[in-house]
Amino acid sequence: MLVVVCVKQVPDTTQVQIDPVTNTLIREGVPFIVNPYDTHAVEQALRFKDRFGCRVAAISMGPPNAEATLRKALAQGVDRAVLLSDRTFGGADTLATSKVLAAAIEKLAQEEEVGVVICGKQTIDGDTAQVGPGIATRLHFSQLTLVDRVDELDLSAKKIRVSRKLEGRHEHVEAPLPVLLTVVRELNRPRYPTVAMRLESADAQVEVWDNKVLQLDANGIGLKGSPTWVSRIFSPERAKGEMLGDGVHDPEGAAQLLIDKMLEKDLLAL
Amino acid sequence: MMPQTVIFTTLLVASLLFFCWSVYRRFSLVYFGQPEDRLDQPARRLSEMFLYAFGQLRVLRKPFGLNHFVIFWSFVILALANGEFLVNGVFPSVSLALLPEGVHRVLLFAFDVVSLLTLFAIAFSFIRRLVVKPPYLDSLYVKGRSPEAFAILSFIALLMLAYFGLHGALIALQTEGNSSAMPVSSLVGAWLGQHPSLIPTVYLVSWWVHAFVLFAFICFLPHSKHMHILTAIPNCYFGALTWPATQPREKFEKGAVYGVGAVERFTWKDLFDSFSCTECGRCQAACPATNTGKALNPRQVVHAIKTNLMENSHALREGRSGTLPLIGDEGEGTNTEEAIWACTTCGACIEACPVLIEQMPKIVKMRRHLVETESRFPEELLNLFENMEQRSNPWGIAPGERAKWVSTLPVQPFVAGETEYLLYVGCAGSFDSRAKQVTVALATVLNAAGISWGILGKDEKCCGDSLRRLGNEYLFEKMALENVEIFRERGVTKVITLCPHCLTTLKNDYRQYGLELEVVHQSELIAELIRSGRIKLDRKDDSLGRIAYHDPCYLGRHNDIFDAPRTLVEAATGTAAVEAERHGRNSFCCGAGGGRMWMEEFTGERVNHARVDELLAQKPDTICVACPYCMTMVEDGLKDKGAGQVRVKDVVEVLAEGLLRKNA
Ligand SMILES: Cc1cc2nc3c(=O)[nH]c(=O)nc-3n(C[C@H](O)[C@H](O)[C@H](O)COP(=O)(O)OP(=O)(O)OC[C@H]3O[C@@H](n4cnc5c(N)ncnc54)[C@H](O)[C@@H]3O)c2cc1C
Ligand code: SF4
Ligand code: SF4
Repeated sequence: MLVVVCVKQVPDTTQVQIDPVTNTLIREGVPFIVNPYDTHAVEQALRFKDRFGCRVAAISMGPPNAEATLRKALAQGVDRAVLLSDRTFGGADTLATSKVLAAAIEKLAQEEEVGVVICGKQTIDGDTAQVGPGIATRLHFSQLTLVDRVDELDLSAKKIRVSRKLEGRHEHVEAPLPVLLTVVRELNRPRYPTVAMRLESADAQVEVWDNKVLQLDANGIGLKGSPTWVSRIFSPERAKGEMLGDGVHDPEGAAQLLIDKMLEKDLLAL
Repeated sequence: MMPQTVIFTTLLVASLLFFCWSVYRRFSLVYFGQPEDRLDQPARRLSEMFLYAFGQLRVLRKPFGLNHFVIFWSFVILALANGEFLVNGVFPSVSLALLPEGVHRVLLFAFDVVSLLTLFAIAFSFIRRLVVKPPYLDSLYVKGRSPEAFAILSFIALLMLAYFGLHGALIALQTEGNSSAMPVSSLVGAWLGQHPSLIPTVYLVSWWVHAFVLFAFICFLPHSKHMHILTAIPNCYFGALTWPATQPREKFEKGAVYGVGAVERFTWKDLFDSFSCTECGRCQAACPATNTGKALNPRQVVHAIKTNLMENSHALREGRSGTLPLIGDEGEGTNTEEAIWACTTCGACIEACPVLIEQMPKIVKMRRHLVETESRFPEELLNLFENMEQRSNPWGIAPGERAKWVSTLPVQPFVAGETEYLLYVGCAGSFDSRAKQVTVALATVLNAAGISWGILGKDEKCCGDSLRRLGNEYLFEKMALENVEIFRERGVTKVITLCPHCLTTLKNDYRQYGLELEVVHQSELIAELIRSGRIKLDRKDDSLGRIAYHDPCYLGRHNDIFDAPRTLVEAATGTAAVEAERHGRNSFCCGAGGGRMWMEEFTGERVNHARVDELLAQKPDTICVACPYCMTMVEDGLKDKGAGQVRVKDVVEVLAEGLLRKNA
């Protein structure tokens, strides 16, 4: 059985700043990282591998430099890495993205049966949490989102039992395989690659599949296949609050001001 | 041949054979270690050996050290007397009496007096172990007050008594012509003269006791901690010629092994160290981890290596790896992971060891194994490692914010040829809000002294200190290579650092990458500016009250900078800083070194609490530090101890305030 993990390269959003004039993201010079949720997805796949000896493939759709993301997954121990990269894939929204990813998974399934697909809960840049469900729908897989614990994977009975982390409660659910999971950070602690694995992954091969491989209708993918478009990006105005002090000088003075304000508004119960 | 000679010779030969076999069994294990060059610079090595082994330089640092000094030198001198006894036992006609009369008399006098001194020293040793009982005598598996220790002490005492008995009897029999050269034996002889019936018995018993104690010694020695009598001297010869806190580089290539996960992965010198341990406990007495109830005890680490090596010797000789794990659950011969992670790499153990054992580097080697091969380390470190790799700073703050501290004053970028010094601000000085104030103070002082300096700004990267001490050598190497490249590209030759950790890394660690920079700690540079009169403070400022200075390990012990920071305090206040009980070379760690800054501290007392208590004992109004980590630890410690009224200042802040006041 093959376990497929979907990993996305995202800009390190802690380092993204908004251009005050155009109100758009300044992406230049911002380093890319692996979408944090996806590192937990990789870890879960590797745990299945450790436990059941199944093979793990990591796939990512993105520009050629997204290869770094896959190399990281290789260093952690995935067996195969496929980068889905083609000009025609560019500018995709969640619909077009999940189409390409689903097609890639289907192609992998031609070689080896895919039992589990694991995605992050969402990305830290797009933040839609739609791609996972989109893939599951297209592949007709069971769909278990927000998984924070895997209780049991029964390969012979072909079913999985997990806990889902919902607002204020947990849901224990069971579903037949094949299944797609989207995972939250509480699920596990991703492993740190050993040096041997890093060196190994440095010259491991990352396969690159373009649309010649996937053979998808060019009108259904990329920008052309994306019904969503961005009309405006802006940072919300601060409706309330004020800055006390200038953030550099006289911290004691600023603290005093803060205390005075809080006393004035009766926020400090004495 | 007399029957006595026959028995004596047989026993002697048997003891010597047993001795040689035992020594061979043990020392041959050292060959399982990895290669390491410790044969260079023989002249320097010899002088180290004379200083530390024969001069007992480190031994003498503790009050009872003098006692050991006496025992050691008695041993050396009496080796001649005992040698004579053994040779004489086999060849009754050969003795020191064959030497010229004058020389013989001097020797006899020396033997006599030294034997008496030894008796006193042994008595003191008993008193030390039974009455004074310094707390560091015992550890979990190694007991300074073991039956073995008492047996050895008793042996030595017996040997001395037998010596006097024997020579006293000879004097009483008037067969010893040189009695006037032997004051103590003469007294015994005089007493025996009044009890002539005892003479033959005393003679015979003393002679055999002397013989048996020597045989027992010969047999027992290689199996006890007293092996150090044989190993300590060569161990001092093979000791590190430079301060050994800088870890060696690793080669990253496929199939290589990283760090030490099994005893035979240590170098031969590491293994030899373990056989040279005198079990004195000085390292344990100095260790901040041991002192605050952590699982780590440096003496135990050294002992574990020896025990592990011997336990696994059978397997190793058969070319297999041993079954007793070097790192694993609590047990003799095994180091726990908890212990390995408790080390602050403060170097106090290395500094304390009388026989130049290098404890801390062994701990880092095991950390390397855990991180690089096993990928097992305390949970908190995962974040640190990711932050370092992705954002080149321990907090994971956006690298773009590195130069934010400059918002309050004009700062020039470093330009080769135009700027003299690169101010390497470091992560704390760039991101930590308290340390940023120190950076501003430093900038003010540099400007006041007209120093030409600049920064790399957003292009500055973390030096990687914590990674290296935590054993993540792979990532450290990556960062070191990047930094070396940047320094080369930008034409940096002279660097000022704010932080002792950056100092040590740029100055000592990067040298391994062929980068020779002139690196100074801010306090060094400023002390020099004060000396040369480029910084003048006419009005002394006493507003900080009584100042206690805390020596940061990486500034003091690791880089020998003790006076400079004190100079700054004195120049600004007109008064010398008061000293904590442990200061200078023996300073006690704040608890942040070795990557401990980024880890939780669950067990025992917090190291910074112990240190703050010690500093508070001096009743200071202000505690001065010269390291941003120490700053955090001392400030936190004071808060926890409810001593928030005591201020913490970096020495350069004290000076900057003095300068500002002068200009005001
Ligand atoms: C309104 C809007 C406008 C956008 N405009 C643009 C644009 O102009 N140009 C542009 O490049 N992008 C644009 N994007 C981003 C792009 O559409 C999304 O990043 C992408 O479709 C994935 O959606 P997401 O990031 O929200 O993923 P989510 O649905 O939040 O991701 C869930 C999980 O799906 C998997 N996954 C998602 N994406 C991939 C991938 N590419 N490869 C592998 N696995 C993946 C991961 O496991 C991830 O954790 C836009 C997004 C939105 C919401
Ligand atoms: S370096 Fe310091 S903390 Fe580590 S073992 Fe030695 S004395 Fe203890
Ligand atoms: S390692 Fe050195 S300081 Fe520590 S107990 Fe052994 S001899 Fe003493």
